[in-house]
Amino acid sequence: MNVPAPVRADMYGARSGTPVRVRRGTAASYVGGVALAAVVVALGFGPYLVSRGAQVQLVLLFTYVLMGTMWNLLAGYGGMVSVGQQAFIGIGGYGLVYLADIVGVSPFVAVPLAALVCGGLAWLASFLVFRLVGGYFAIGTWVVAEVVRLLTIQVDTVGAGSGISLRAWSVYTPVYRIAYVYWLSLVAMVVAVLAVYLLMRSRVGLGLTAVRDEPTAASSLGVQVTRAKRIVFVVAAIGCGLAGGVIASNTLRVQPDSIFSVSYSAIMIFIVVIGGIGTIEGPILGAVVFYVLEQQLADLGAWYLIILGAVAILFTVTLPRGLWGLVTRGRLRLFPVGYELRR
Amino acid sequence: MTYVNAVVQGVLLGGLYALLASGLSLMFGVMRLVNLAHGALAVLAAYGAYEVVRVAGWHPLLALAVVVPAMAALGYALQRLVLNRALEIGPLSPLLATFGLAIVVESLLLERFSADTRALDIGALGTASVRLSERVSVGLLPLLTFAVGVTAVAGLQWYLFRTRGGRTMRATSEDHEAAQLMGVDDRHVYAVATATALALVAVAGVFLGMRTTFAPTAGAATLLFAFEAVVIGGLGSLWGTLAGGMVLGVAQLVGAAVSPGYGILTGHVVFLLVLAFRPRGLMPRAVTA
Repeated sequence: MNVPAPVRADMYGARSGTPVRVRRGTAASYVGGVALAAVVVALGFGPYLVSRGAQVQLVLLFTYVLMGTMWNLLAGYGGMVSVGQQAFIGIGGYGLVYLADIVGVSPFVAVPLAALVCGGLAWLASFLVFRLVGGYFAIGTWVVAEVVRLLTIQVDTVGAGSGISLRAWSVYTPVYRIAYVYWLSLVAMVVAVLAVYLLMRSRVGLGLTAVRDEPTAASSLGVQVTRAKRIVFVVAAIGCGLAGGVIASNTLRVQPDSIFSVSYSAIMIFIVVIGGIGTIEGPILGAVVFYVLEQQLADLGAWYLIILGAVAILFTVTLPRGLWGLVTRGRLRLFPVGYELRR
Repeated sequence: MTYVNAVVQGVLLGGLYALLASGLSLMFGVMRLVNLAHGALAVLAAYGAYEVVRVAGWHPLLALAVVVPAMAALGYALQRLVLNRALEIGPLSPLLATFGLAIVVESLLLERFSADTRALDIGALGTASVRLSERVSVGLLPLLTFAVGVTAVAGLQWYLFRTRGGRTMRATSEDHEAAQLMGVDDRHVYAVATATALALVAVAGVFLGMRTTFAPTAGAATLLFAFEAVVIGGLGSLWGTLAGGMVLGVAQLVGAAVSPGYGILTGHVVFLLVLAFRPRGLMPRAVTA
């Protein structure tokens, strides 16, 4: 993908007299942006409109959008394939249980707090895993996730291998509890998507895009590659921590083998590969597609995963830009992160 | 004395890890491709041997004669049909494709064989042992596994540095465009490398299956162990990988001797310590093979 340099309008247009305009948004992105905002507002009324069962399902969909967005930030923008994001999903979930049930913090505070802990741990872990690159980085993050899982199994306070129930939400009646978790997950999803959007529009995002397109040139122009990647790794961990808190709130239980399962990484990868890597819209579309597929194919047992894996391979080698790229051919951007030159 | 025993057994286990790791190392060395399906393919080979034993009634060691060529053929086809394309698209694509493959292989095994653990019946080989001293004795199977691991590493080293095919592979690894100009078909070279890697992983998988019981989900841990052996030893050094495998094996078995729940965790921790304090591994090489 070609990314224009960060030119200012007056560098070309105003002084030389040629009518070149630099802009970020297009008509489509303004219309699309307003439409998306309307969708989010409509979703905000969810608990007044749809059943509790439907809300629980929508929480799942929001979590997929959140996780897919975070994995896309890592791989699509940061160039880092992680197979260990389940570490932060698990810490987010266990952090919520620990802070809310054992320390006694409100779950509304415990979820973001646990996510911030994930960010701090990711910052520390980055100094180890950043010593590995490419595929070895991927397996390195997986090892870290396994270490966290194996350590959790040793801790009796949080139920060791059999896990522990989340009681903090029980102070609310089910109607309110489900509505609160619904709103929490909606806010987490919107904040995550907006955070990635703003990050990619910022100087850090510009640097990351430059690194992705030509690392040596970017580095020689003064892009602080490692710093930018570290920011991405930490933000993605915070997002996955939020997802973990939401997942635990939705299922009301955490269990090491399930919440630290590598299948969360598989889900994230699938969502991003199907939707379209390196765009903000792709993972949102991918999450919806994955959610629908999961509902449709759940009865097939192991065949469901065989189909998902095969589809992921097929998309990787034949449609590397995913469904979003196929549908829009790179022309439509709901989230304009680049610049556009128009005469 | 438990600890002496754990160290001896750990060193021998290192041979198996080196065997597992050599295929991973070869694919990375030749085309900078990390095969995330490596562990799943090892488990596939173990199930392949299980089927051969069940259908033909052979000893698992004899099943190697069927499983190894089959896996090599699968590797050649995989590279030609999927991975060469993925390599052309970009650096992330092979990772995504091989991760997808790992899920497909694991789920297919789950569909065909269920989640129950299986074992390869090795008869008298399982109980035969060699007495080293008064209190330390070594099983014949771990000894054989170790010997096969060392032979595989030595053989791969010889192939890469002493034969025409190996020279072609190293040339393609260093500069595949220049190698193409010299008349090398890089797509074929890559496919041969993957076929070799899968043949090695087939041997490793069958020995893994003779050593312990296995289930379709065993691929993940297998991949992690192979990877840890590579990194502890130092990227691109095959003898380093053997040393790395031994360090990992000793760490796991000594950890397990302290408390059964700590075995695998200790292995991971030693890996992280090496990454923290000796990130280039025990036997670093300036140039990767």
